Amino acid sequence: MTLFDKLWDRHLVCRLDSGEDLIAIDRVFLHERTGGVALASLAERNLPILDPGRVYCTMDHIVSTLPGRGADDARMPGGETFITETRRQARRAGINLIDVNDPRQGIVHVVAPELGIVQPGMTLVCPDSHTCSLGALGALAWGIGSSEAEHAMATGTLRLTKPKNMRITIDGTLARGVTAKDLVLHIIARIGVGAGKGYAVEYAGSTIAAMDVEARLTLCNMAVEYAAFTAVIAPDGVTQSYLEGRPHAPTGALWEQACADWMSLRSDSDAGYDVEYHFQAEDVLPMVTWGISPEQAIPADGTIPAIDSLPPDKRESARRACEYMGVRPGMPLAGLPISGVFIGSCTNARLSDLRAAAAVLRGHRVAPGIRAICVPGSQTVKRAAEKDGLDQVFIDAGFEWREPGCAMCFYAGGEHMGEGARVASTTNRNFESRQGPRTRTHLMSPAMAAAAAITGTLVDGRALTEVSS
Amino acid sequence: MTPFVRHEGIVAPLLRDNVDTDQIIPSREMKTVSKTGLGEGLFASWRYTDEKTRTPNPEFILNRPGFEKATILLAGRNFGCGSSREHAVWALSGYGIRAIIAASFGSIFHTNCVRNGILPITLDMEAIQDIADIATKKPVKMTIDLQQQCLLWEASGEPIKFQIDPSDREMLVKGLDPIGLTMQHRQQILDFMDQQKTLRPWLFPETD
Repeated sequence: MTLFDKLWDRHLVCRLDSGEDLIAIDRVFLHERTGGVALASLAERNLPILDPGRVYCTMDHIVSTLPGRGADDARMPGGETFITETRRQARRAGINLIDVNDPRQGIVHVVAPELGIVQPGMTLVCPDSHTCSLGALGALAWGIGSSEAEHAMATGTLRLTKPKNMRITIDGTLARGVTAKDLVLHIIARIGVGAGKGYAVEYAGSTIAAMDVEARLTLCNMAVEYAAFTAVIAPDGVTQSYLEGRPHAPTGALWEQACADWMSLRSDSDAGYDVEYHFQAEDVLPMVTWGISPEQAIPADGTIPAIDSLPPDKRESARRACEYMGVRPGMPLAGLPISGVFIGSCTNARLSDLRAAAAVLRGHRVAPGIRAICVPGSQTVKRAAEKDGLDQVFIDAGFEWREPGCAMCFYAGGEHMGEGARVASTTNRNFESRQGPRTRTHLMSPAMAAAAAITGTLVDGRALTEVSS
Repeated sequence: MTPFVRHEGIVAPLLRDNVDTDQIIPSREMKTVSKTGLGEGLFASWRYTDEKTRTPNPEFILNRPGFEKATILLAGRNFGCGSSREHAVWALSGYGIRAIIAASFGSIFHTNCVRNGILPITLDMEAIQDIADIATKKPVKMTIDLQQQCLLWEASGEPIKFQIDPSDREMLVKGLDPIGLTMQHRQQILDFMDQQKTLRPWLFPETD
């Protein structure tokens, strides 16, 4: 059996007549963008939440990230209602609310691991597609819609057809300056954005074993960008040390019992997979997206591919991407002038991400005319960064240092980098207008985004990293 | 939920790949804490030349004469990828879309469709292109029979068969409420939870 099979089986309540499996859900996480709707809908139907103590809600999607924000401040006009309504519904329903002013507040997929709310062997669902991030801790976690969130809260289960098994094995050592973000962009560029459709993906291999939990979170975060149901990594000593002592982690005898259980969560050596991919870490270079789909990614020192060199089914979207992005086949990415830099999101706003960016920025200034923003993933991350003086590094370099939230990862109708702006971004989606009207998003790692901020252009940031460290 | 048994409607081809849920309904169009009233925001970035004044973009398929009342969307690969927002489906149903034919779907979006009575049909790209070749030139009516799992339209000699997960078909044909269905297993669920409390007590925190 694979790790995924085991996680599935231990949550199987029963097989339904419809052929679906009824899967027990251990945690539901909500946020203010859709949580209020789901909770209100349940209330209208007089459906109580089966176990409110296992339901959590944070405020992240549309909260203002401006310093000194108020408890109801949204980042676009009219957004306040989502915050106040979700707060009201959460209190009424008696679920665990992590409100705007809570010292634990932050992006759901940053908060869930750092508070130890997500643990190996759990099922966790959230009406957010990047919930797959949490597979990094050996949990079975995936994104759902609002109706499914209502179902999970009311019944403690979801009705599902079991996905197939895929394994992606990565062996070897990532080169200096190459991160989990580069690795996942490399993988998506190779296998394509549809490759994971219908599969639960297990990441395995020596590269994964050597990664810390934060890097694993980044890697699993983007599994949805290649259409996977979710991604999962077997819990190990790294996972265990990460969780020990976190506020919601078990303690005492329960901790011992939980650890013993977690260590049994691994694929059998003879487990079969429906699809397997292998990658070598040494082949991975710092990656930057050039188009409007995460698969349109190339090494930072590379050139945009010739349309004819692409498979026939990728050519039309490549043409469209070139037009939207204002680039041409054969053109190098390095040297392309940018106007904005965003460091943040559930992909890359944890302490290690901010450290990597700060290491590049230290002693440098953001290039003239560039707007650069750093939004820590949570209050916990922000406090830790400030304790290390990272906030000052960002501010001295000319970055804005913000309050936690999803911020400019997606445009909600308020603040953006300017019509048609070209942005170096540590987020997960480079879709058309994702970050603002006609905004041209280039996805990359935090260190690369920091390097782009300094030079004012897309750049292979490794040279800068060398100098700084 | 409105059952989906047989449906006849105009086809609107929108053959782009990777149309994400943010294109289906931009976040800025999600203005109220509600599942209704979202139809106007459907495809807002493409459908309007000026979103504020709602000036229609005449090039966009749903603004072309005869296509305004389309109820069947014909799409490319990976339709509905991206954000899990169910508002994308509520916007489509708010507009009047009852079925989407695509080469593949984002998986969360696919489930959201079924949960809201919209039929997601997967066909291969070749079959989709064949339909689009004609249905782009003029508004074409198509009949979808979910029980027979086939599409019928004037230009197709034979019904086009499609595959669908039997549980999804059942849910749509009967217009079932999944929560109500699952509640029939309530005792089994409670027993399962009790068993888990003994086996893995750390999964059940005391409420803080």
